[in-house]
Amino acid sequence: MSALERLLLYAALGVGAGLAVIPLWYMVTVALQPKIFILEAPSSLLPSAITLDNFVKAWTENDFQRYFINSLVVALATTALSTALSAMAAYGFARYRFRGKEILFGVVLVSLMVPAIMLIIPQFIVAKSLGTLNSLQGLVVVYVALSFALNTFLLRGFMEELPRELEEAIFVDGGTPLTAFRHVVLPLAQPALATVAVFTFLFSWDEFTWALTSLNRQELRTLPIAIATFQSAHQTEWSLVFAASLIAVVPVIAAFVLGQRFFIRGLASSGVKG
Amino acid sequence: MFLAFNTYPLVKALDISVRDWSVLPDAPSPFVGIKHYREALEDPIFWVALRNTGLYALVTVPGQVALGLLVALGLNQITRLRTLLRTLYYLPVVTSWVVVSLVFKFIFAGDAGLANVLLRDRLGVIPEYVSWLTQPVTALLVVMLLGTWKGIGWTMIIFLAGLQGIPHELLEAAALDGAGRWQRFRHITLPLLRPATLFVLVMLLIGAFNVFISIYLLTGGKPLHQTEVLLTYMYQQAFDFLEFSYGAAISYMLAAIVFALSLVQLRVLRRPALA
Repeated sequence: MSALERLLLYAALGVGAGLAVIPLWYMVTVALQPKIFILEAPSSLLPSAITLDNFVKAWTENDFQRYFINSLVVALATTALSTALSAMAAYGFARYRFRGKEILFGVVLVSLMVPAIMLIIPQFIVAKSLGTLNSLQGLVVVYVALSFALNTFLLRGFMEELPRELEEAIFVDGGTPLTAFRHVVLPLAQPALATVAVFTFLFSWDEFTWALTSLNRQELRTLPIAIATFQSAHQTEWSLVFAASLIAVVPVIAAFVLGQRFFIRGLASSGVKG
Repeated sequence: MFLAFNTYPLVKALDISVRDWSVLPDAPSPFVGIKHYREALEDPIFWVALRNTGLYALVTVPGQVALGLLVALGLNQITRLRTLLRTLYYLPVVTSWVVVSLVFKFIFAGDAGLANVLLRDRLGVIPEYVSWLTQPVTALLVVMLLGTWKGIGWTMIIFLAGLQGIPHELLEAAALDGAGRWQRFRHITLPLLRPATLFVLVMLLIGAFNVFISIYLLTGGKPLHQTEVLLTYMYQQAFDFLEFSYGAAISYMLAAIVFALSLVQLRVLRRPALA
């Protein structure tokens, strides 16, 4: 490649990246600007004046902290449960033969291909009859179920690649499968577990449709619901909406950017979709 | 738990769709066979929703594949700044659907939204402010733009991984034999990217038929259901009108379409490359 071609390539990639980021950049601009109504939307991509008032206001008003904590609790619980359960299931699928294994794994595979929102009506009916509507626990249960199949599938693939010799050594020394799982498989599977955990967290932190459907009580709202409802109730307070959105989005993006060296590999080999 | 909220609902949805499901507990839900499926086929709004969903897939899937591949090819050629650029392209992917939908709603606001200001006042491409989100055609365009923009980063990552798996020796050998850049791309890179392409296509198609949040927040299917997609229509039937059976029938038809299209893709793309 000649120097000129290289320059053009960088220019093209730079412009493309700019286009990719502009909408998000604009959101930051609006959130930093002193109180703005949609009629006087900033037409520039740089804020004319900078203030953090919107962030302070978004954080302290409208029960935002409660929603933030709801989201945090739900996402952490989902991540812990889903990762733990699917790690165990994946180990079973990867290492052991048992009756019905093929059928069970087939069930996992089929549910990977079914669009999640298609299940929302029966899920609603099941949740209603179990009395888990309108509760954060109910949210966690459904999120774990929704993420379980993909996580099991990914972790099984990773665990199958692990060398068996280490586990066999444990068995020779009198260890049980549980010892092997805890002291060999889990430590070795850490990169895969981390990838799965991050994406489960991301999924449950951002999930909108099921939360919208199953939660009626205002105090139970998670962040995506709170932000969407706030926007439709206050059509004009965009700078507040975006400040709140940024508070919700930035932790996730930061975690992703900091850990990306680690995740991109797992992501690319597994193909998790955000 | 998985069975209760994943596998059982799959079967249950079928059961609901062939009954007149009653939302009241203990009220009978008589079996009505394919009534709701027939209802859908005679429902003009169902067809509008199906058409819009199909159009969305037709535009956003190739758009994401082509642009994602293009970016991946570019990033694969460079070493400096690669991580930074890759991160920038990936940012929309990790930003929540709710937030990006609201951003687009603001940018494409009818009066002095950023899109109107840029296109009319700055660039003069359009004569008047456009009310993007209240007209079916422009509203759908905005939703498609959003869908494509958000997905490019993901496609790029998958293709980039695929590209890095291609041995350099192969491309160098072809270059020595006098193959031009396009020939190398066409006969080495593209065939070797086949597994990645297949995976990306299947996933994006499923994703496209799942389009919901962006429509729900940007237009709500308005005006007069003209921007409805299958899932927004399903959602409205089920949770606004409590027509659970009709909703379930719509989602089953959606699943059947997705399943059939995925099988076709697997068939077509699995064929060995023509030598």
